[in-house]
Amino acid sequence: MSTNTSHINPLENEAIYIMREVAAQFEKPVLLFSGGKDSITLVRLAQKAFWPAKIPFPLMHIDTGHNFPETIEFRDRLAKELGVELIVRNVQDSIDAGKVKEESGRYASRNSLQTTTLLDAIEEFKFDACIGGARRDEEKARAKERIFSVRDDFGQWDEKSQRPELFDMLNGDIELGQNVRVFPISNWTELDVWSYIQKEEIEIPSIYFAHKRKTFVRDGMIWSAEDDIVFRDAEEIVEERLVRFRTVGDMSCTAAVLSDAVSIDKVVSEIRDSSISERGARIDDKRSEAAMEKRKQQGYF
Amino acid sequence: MPRANSQQLIKMEVLKIATAGSVDDGKSTLIGRILYDTKSLTSDKLEAIEKTSKQKGYDYLDFSLATDGLVAEREQGITIDVAHIYFSTAKKSYIIADTPGHVEYTRNMVTGASTSQAAIILIDARKGVIEQTNRHFFINNLLRVKEVIVAINKMDLVDYSEETYNAIKSDFSELMSKRDYENQNITFIPVSALKGDNVVNKTDVMPWYNGETILEHLERLDLAAVSNVGTPRFPVQYVIRPKTEDFHDFRGFAGKVYGGELNVGDTVVALPSQTKSKIKEIYAYDKKYQTASRRSSVTITLEDEINVSRGDMIVKEGDLPTIDKQFTATIAWMDSDQLKAGTKYVIQHGVNKVLAKVDKIHHKINPDYSGIEENVDGLGMNDIAKVTFKLNKPIFFDAFKNHRTNGSFIVIDTKNNNTVGAGFIQ
Ligand SMILES: Nc1nc2c(ncn2[C@@H]2O[C@H](COP(=O)(O)OP(=O)(O)OP(=O)(O)O)[C@@H](O)[C@H]2O)c(=O)[nH]1
Ligand SMILES: [Mg+2]
Repeated sequence: MSTNTSHINPLENEAIYIMREVAAQFEKPVLLFSGGKDSITLVRLAQKAFWPAKIPFPLMHIDTGHNFPETIEFRDRLAKELGVELIVRNVQDSIDAGKVKEESGRYASRNSLQTTTLLDAIEEFKFDACIGGARRDEEKARAKERIFSVRDDFGQWDEKSQRPELFDMLNGDIELGQNVRVFPISNWTELDVWSYIQKEEIEIPSIYFAHKRKTFVRDGMIWSAEDDIVFRDAEEIVEERLVRFRTVGDMSCTAAVLSDAVSIDKVVSEIRDSSISERGARIDDKRSEAAMEKRKQQGYF
Repeated sequence: MPRANSQQLIKMEVLKIATAGSVDDGKSTLIGRILYDTKSLTSDKLEAIEKTSKQKGYDYLDFSLATDGLVAEREQGITIDVAHIYFSTAKKSYIIADTPGHVEYTRNMVTGASTSQAAIILIDARKGVIEQTNRHFFINNLLRVKEVIVAINKMDLVDYSEETYNAIKSDFSELMSKRDYENQNITFIPVSALKGDNVVNKTDVMPWYNGETILEHLERLDLAAVSNVGTPRFPVQYVIRPKTEDFHDFRGFAGKVYGGELNVGDTVVALPSQTKSKIKEIYAYDKKYQTASRRSSVTITLEDEINVSRGDMIVKEGDLPTIDKQFTATIAWMDSDQLKAGTKYVIQHGVNKVLAKVDKIHHKINPDYSGIEENVDGLGMNDIAKVTFKLNKPIFFDAFKNHRTNGSFIVIDTKNNNTVGAGFIQ
């Protein structure tokens, strides 16, 4: 065993520093937990930041109702093991209350509807900081995001008047009604996250590994045909394929990739050799060049 | 260019680089070119660049599209806000801050440089050294960025002329003689970001140049040598008190180690109380270590029950920083509301926040090396000046030249909580 801490990866040191700043600077922080690999990584980092104490803030999941059952089961078990509070708020409730309208048609997705449910939950619990797993390498508008990103009363991101972030000083001062979105793994790439999961032997939901699934192909991408959540034309043929998921968003906007990677080692080497980015498998980003920037201005994560 | 192999997947070395240079000198294009030539662009991102370049009617690939992510930036063809770009080679991982060249956004350039160990200053070979070059060199020197590459770009538009290159080099060398921080390493490289000459790959169009390409130079940099080392400073971020059965009396001080290392058994002093104790344990997560290395986030316990809270600082005995309620610093102002003498601000120094008053604006420093301006009563956006602050309680600081972390601070506007300036203590 090494006797000094110099082997610890600089990205982990930075993320832990950020977690501690959140706990110290805010009164009511929350960690937004989706059950995906990025938020699972965040949970591990939070655990490390405060050990031997428990994570000093709750986890919150905005459930679209279209999540993979494997992720939901995983989420509940993790929260229990950690002994932290898990808050769940449902997009279905926002739909039932008439606050948002369900999309219809071929590309219907509840992904963008999450925003309303999230903003309502922030208001309900008076959260002043929401920790999220977004990374700058995911998407070109994200590459501009600060680590502490201030949002106004409407959750909106004003990309033109972002606070400068110098050295590693994080300014979390806000006015009443404002809140801050915090991104501790801003500087991580997809490969960094996967290698971290590998090295730390972190458990992740089974859908990240190759499995047999009923699927169909549309626009060159592979969609899950289980659970009837993705709208499918009669002529779109369902076939069983060996696939895995690279991101686990909402089922309606997350495509699978053909893969025989059944272990974390195989997943890591697959990502390393892959020539397509993970966002390439997100239909919501393909809608337009500026899709992400627009969603963010409206308060999306 | 080989990609990272599996042994090096966990990042050990990350070199942070910021670009600088005037509008349209080709910063974004250069970064896009580096990504392309190191095969760091995924096929979907490359397709998007090809598609948009075609739509715009270009007969070449516009690599700036790889980094200019905002709609306004793509429309205007300029960079407005800093973008962070990531790539790795077999040797190292890199984070490049693509900063805007427009004078109006100089503050974003300061931001980019504040976290970097290296800078690439671009010069358009057709224009040579201009006012923005002076300013960007000044800022990189002020922020004590150790390595500066001066990339003389668009060599394709000056027939790859050696004379042009030499003339620019000699103009720039004149600037170097005026600099304050003399230990800065400066390397000149003639490039064409658009064509890819001397960016990642060597070229045969400039046979008169035998030096390294930009990437070759970056690959050779020794990270330890380009990082600023000082004495150990441990600002306490958070006190960990689990109050569980197993850790009933545990009181851990969580923070990041700056400047140098701390060891179990070291005699330390807690500031501001100046109480002495010894380091009992060093934890990173649930593992104990003998040494907390520079830049690592750890939790420290002390032999004695002393009162330490957030904003306090743990330092080694006999190695104390300055403890004072006033200091003079060079500041870079970043807000459209003017800084005025007598105004109150919050100063954030590391994780410590104090109320401060501007005691005196001594003079403005023209960042183009044309001297200073005295008798100024306010500072506007992008101004650089020497200012004295008075604080409502003492802070524990070092001079910026001795300690990049413990010698810097940000200024926060008490009205709207915005970060409105950055300072470097003298
Ligand atoms: N011929 C030629 N054109 C270049 C070269 N490098 C960049 N350009 C062009 O110069 C223009 C500006 O390039 P950008 O990369 O957007 O410049 P920038 O420095 O990022 O500009 P700002 O971010 O707005 O400050 C584009 O049209 C590029 O294609 C070069 O080496 N040769
Ligand atoms: Mg640019």
